[in-house]
Amino acid sequence: MSHHLPHEAQDGPGPVRGPAVIVRLAAIGAVVLTAAAGFAYTGGWLTPGRLSPERVVDALEANNGQHPGFRRNHAKGICIAGTFTGNGAGPTLSKASVFAGAEVPVIGRLALAAGRPAVPDETSPVWSMALRFLPADGDEWRTGMNNIPVFPVRNVEEFAGFLAATRPDPATGKPDPAAVQAFLTAHPATAAALQTIKAAPPAASFATATYSGLNTFRFVNAEGEEAAVRWSMVPEQTETERPAPSGPNYLFDELIEAVGQGQLRWHLVVTLAGPGDVTADPTVAWPPDRQRVEVGTLTVASVEGEDTGSCRDVTFDPLVLPAGIEPADDPFPAARSAAYAEGLRRRDGEAKRPSAVQVSAVRAGESG
Amino acid sequence: MNARFTGMARLLHWLMAVLILTMLFIGVGMVSTVSARYQLLVGIHRPLGIAILVLAFIRLAWRLGHPPPPLPADLPAVQQALAKLSHYLLYFLMFALPLVGWGMLSAQDYPVQLWPGVHLPPILPASPMLYAVLRSAHGLLAYLFFATILAHLAAALMHGLVRRDRVFASMAP
Ligand code: HEM
Ligand code: HEM
Ligand code: HEM
Repeated sequence: MSHHLPHEAQDGPGPVRGPAVIVRLAAIGAVVLTAAAGFAYTGGWLTPGRLSPERVVDALEANNGQHPGFRRNHAKGICIAGTFTGNGAGPTLSKASVFAGAEVPVIGRLALAAGRPAVPDETSPVWSMALRFLPADGDEWRTGMNNIPVFPVRNVEEFAGFLAATRPDPATGKPDPAAVQAFLTAHPATAAALQTIKAAPPAASFATATYSGLNTFRFVNAEGEEAAVRWSMVPEQTETERPAPSGPNYLFDELIEAVGQGQLRWHLVVTLAGPGDVTADPTVAWPPDRQRVEVGTLTVASVEGEDTGSCRDVTFDPLVLPAGIEPADDPFPAARSAAYAEGLRRRDGEAKRPSAVQVSAVRAGESG
Repeated sequence: MNARFTGMARLLHWLMAVLILTMLFIGVGMVSTVSARYQLLVGIHRPLGIAILVLAFIRLAWRLGHPPPPLPADLPAVQQALAKLSHYLLYFLMFALPLVGWGMLSAQDYPVQLWPGVHLPPILPASPMLYAVLRSAHGLLAYLFFATILAHLAAALMHGLVRRDRVFASMAP
């Protein structure tokens, strides 16, 4: 059949015939396969060795065990609520509406950094404060801070490597000291940071600890002036003797009692980088003489257990930033944001189990 | 008889084809990286996804007012039906993907930021289980979208290179 039907003749050269069909079909197949391969490559399926959010969260689970429903890190915590009020100094550094001076509602979470939800408090030396500032204009800010002066690793690759090196041996339940030593030898920045952390005076309680963001961000003010900054929440509560552990939740119990007696306050202190200060490496502390600007006061008025509180299902993603606070060249906020999203995706799909910290139990014990 | 799609339909088709393919690659790329690219890609993903939703409304309205040219009469009925079905599916996904994306961030109680200082309101109540379901759905629908586009691409090339009928020309830019 070599002639076309009349209506086809009007519409173009007509169907290809003979061996040319094979060639053209092969070409179409090649186009489709190339597109599919490009998609698979972009999605990381062809490079399983590449560090992904999944692999980072897998590494946390490998060290901590499976605790469905709970955060993969900082698993044991309590919800806090209160307000933040700017003191007028913030707007010179950042145009973020949280600093404008109005009373801004805040919800947050105080937690142990350990990735197991039922550890006794005394076994987790690192504690955290995570906050969500909710200004009236909706330009929300989330930040997570730890009570240590520097972070132990320089980037997420090292974070994953450190987890692998400190993975508990199933036989002893403890990390292999040789593996830990090998990591420290290969990563002098971590060895130095751990020294700095050890040398810092330990806080007595959640209420008297200073919590630091550790990562570097950029503040931008209304004039468009930029500054590299880090921030800390510095307590108004003064240091008391660290109580001897009176039970597995003694730190939380003490916090619940303290809030029962009155509000707790912290001052948000912003530290400005000096010329030449390292902004992309949280293992390095900035010199102590750097300019520090207090921008406002956090008042914590109430605590509530995670089972009923408003913090459990929130992820304190460090990239939830208002206009006026931006990521800088520190690689952590992006890595954390990606890993927290993956952690949230997993835990939000899991049935919830009760938190080890129950406010009602402590309060009932007090009155009884 | 005009055998081509209107200029507006062709413009929307090719503009959205580029944007949607870009979005699919950005999506799978961002969820597989812990590098600084994550923040850049997520920052593009949200506003571009919402832009696709807006364009989808415009496109659907235009399509309802401007019927497409008929498929060649000699195209087998099965292929006609498949073409129709796949176009319905593509339209459905153009709406479903961005709406599920917006909805899942709402369910996560996460700000739906388009760019610094500009947010969309939540469209669903905060609920962890709902977030988990929508987050899975967003991924699965995106893979379905990509697979459908590949089939659509193969079919378009069949028309243009093998059958050599007027179908490809009807949408050619
Ligand atoms: C790449 C390195 C890091 C990884 C992979 C990582 C991982 C995680 C994960 C998976 C969570 C649980 C999140 C959730 O389920 O919502 C978490 C919580 C947290 N992380 Fe990190 N983290 C990293 C670095 C840091 C750094 C540098 C800080 C510095 C302050 C930090 C502070 C916190 C805080 C305060 C929380 C608790 C937030 C809360 O109470 O919900 N993390 N981290
Ligand atoms: C993201 C990618 C794409 C989407 C979402 C998409 C969507 C659609 C839709 C919904 C139609 C039906 C016409 C309408 O109502 O607008 C259509 C028609 C068409 N598309 Fe695409 N398309 C995409 C990519 C492509 C590509 C890459 C090609 C070619 C290489 C292509 C070629 C065509 C052709 C030839 C038609 C006309 C088909 C007919 O008349 O039945 N499309 N497309
Ligand atoms: C045409 C529109 C869209 C397409 C094609 C698309 C595609 C994708 C893809 C392919 C992924 C990765 C899924 C996976 O591998 O699991 C993804 C993830 C995601 N998308 Fe979309 N998306 C669209 C619209 C939106 C919109 C409008 C939003 C929000 C406003 C959004 C928010 C997200 C978020 C938050 C993630 C997950 C990020 C994470 O968990 O780290 N998407 N999207």
